[in-house]
Amino acid sequence: MRRDLEIIADLINPGARVLDLGCGDGDLLRHLASAKGVNGYGIEKDADEIAICIRAGVNVIEHDLDDGLTRFPDSSFDMVVMTETLQAVAAPERLLDEMLRIGEECIVTFPNFGHWRCRMQLASRGRMPVARHIPHSWYDTPNIHLCTFRDFEELVTGKGLPIIERFVVDASYEKRVRWIPNLFGTIAFYRLGRARA
Amino acid sequence: MQASKEPGSVGIVVPKTARFDAPLALQCGVTLPGFELAYETYGELNANRSNALLVCHALSGDHHAAGRHSPEDAKPGWWDTCIGPGKPIDTDLFHVVSLNNLGGCNGSTGPRSTDPNTGEPYGANFPTVTVKDWVQSQALLADHLGIERFAAVVGGSLGGMQALQWAIDEPERIANAVVIAAAPKLSAQNIAFNEIARHAIVSDPDFHEGTYFRKGANPDKGLMLARMLGHVTYLSDDGMGDRFGRELKSGDIGSAQDVQFQVESYLHYQGTSFSRRFDANTYILMTRALDYFDPALDFGGDLVHALGQAKAKFLVLSFTSDWRFAPERSGEIVDALIAAGRDVTNATVASAAGHDSFLLPIERYCDLLGSYLARVAAELGD
Repeated sequence: MRRDLEIIADLINPGARVLDLGCGDGDLLRHLASAKGVNGYGIEKDADEIAICIRAGVNVIEHDLDDGLTRFPDSSFDMVVMTETLQAVAAPERLLDEMLRIGEECIVTFPNFGHWRCRMQLASRGRMPVARHIPHSWYDTPNIHLCTFRDFEELVTGKGLPIIERFVVDASYEKRVRWIPNLFGTIAFYRLGRARA
Repeated sequence: MQASKEPGSVGIVVPKTARFDAPLALQCGVTLPGFELAYETYGELNANRSNALLVCHALSGDHHAAGRHSPEDAKPGWWDTCIGPGKPIDTDLFHVVSLNNLGGCNGSTGPRSTDPNTGEPYGANFPTVTVKDWVQSQALLADHLGIERFAAVVGGSLGGMQALQWAIDEPERIANAVVIAAAPKLSAQNIAFNEIARHAIVSDPDFHEGTYFRKGANPDKGLMLARMLGHVTYLSDDGMGDRFGRELKSGDIGSAQDVQFQVESYLHYQGTSFSRRFDANTYILMTRALDYFDPALDFGGDLVHALGQAKAKFLVLSFTSDWRFAPERSGEIVDALIAAGRDVTNATVASAAGHDSFLLPIERYCDLLGSYLARVAAELGD
């Protein structure tokens, strides 16, 4: 069980209606089913991951997030989760809006481009950063919308989205990073609610 | 079973007939005094009778889904690519039941059968049957076979619609519904294609208002046209292009032959062989059943409410180039199942072969279907 998925499971109420965007091999949904009695659905576009989900008995829907989420009605889920996928979609802001249209709340996790290792590689060597939490070379990366914690925070506050919970962990997902998180944290977890009208 | 069995084949199979003497009230208001269903089974029923799997056929199918009737049989059953030992519908794991639907022309009671009230074949007077009627009659067949609950009901196209209706009408008797290349109801375009096919048949002078059997005639031309049209809609533009291109039959333009392009030859062959084996009244009846299919209708047109009746888990599969029942139509089923809080898994398989893909041994399709059903089997327990 991946540590980050355990952290997310702790943020989800038992019996919640959950949609997991970019669910991969369905690990989170399987954990939620056994630990929380949550019967969720995963969205995935990768054929190999879908095959794994089917073998594991996870409800998986083949769908490309870049095609949007218009197929789902307003408020059809209690919680919409997206783990380390925001940076790989074509229109992150629109997707965030969609997540909070179809879900009452959402959980978004993403890697920090402002981590000191990234800053070092760019500043001292003039190279695109490659780190444990951002492992791809610039030419074959799925990550087309990388951001720093501060960038995301600005987007979220600008949109008036209430931050219900927020924390930052290190690359092992074990330690909470509280001191200058935008420099020392690797992965951020945001639990967001809807903007108040 | 058979020593000379081909690998992956169920071998030689023997069709059976089940007779039902109790009257069957159909949705159209007519009551059939009794009826027969032709069926085949493949694979052993386990001790606690939990591994039965029902295969539902599409427009022109029948009970002969797998294996051969004799070693000389030129072709195996219509879904032999998917049914057999080690195949996606694994007969080492499941007891597969396949039947010819009520109203069919291959052994089950239908327009060719004798109407006990007149002593003559029903012909065009055979009552209208619906997908709901089929589910009802299939449930009676399950009773007859001592099957309380199907581990899965599986079908493509019109067969997939039966699986969907099963989940709604018999929620306690179906654990999984596998709905392939289907739709929650037909579009106006779908119905239009069916109407052209029916019109081709009824306007054939040999149709005689459905009483051709009395005149020793058969509306071959109408059936052929209906089938040719059907085939165009079952394939895709790209699929046809890949398979036939613009290749000429003889190699010369303007040769004296009637058939000039390979694709014409294919359609003529398909049309002719179909008109020999299929009954025109059955074709009309089956296309009507397709047109009328709309499980949401009983629930005020609300598909979510309709599928809320179901307790089964669902696998919904579609094919990228299928324009007869496009992936978006399967998506409507999936979205309604999610809204109803049902378990559903959905994949769209890349294929250039159009609607026909569900009958073909496409690697990803077979892998997904096989993986899903292997899990169903693993959860059975003996």
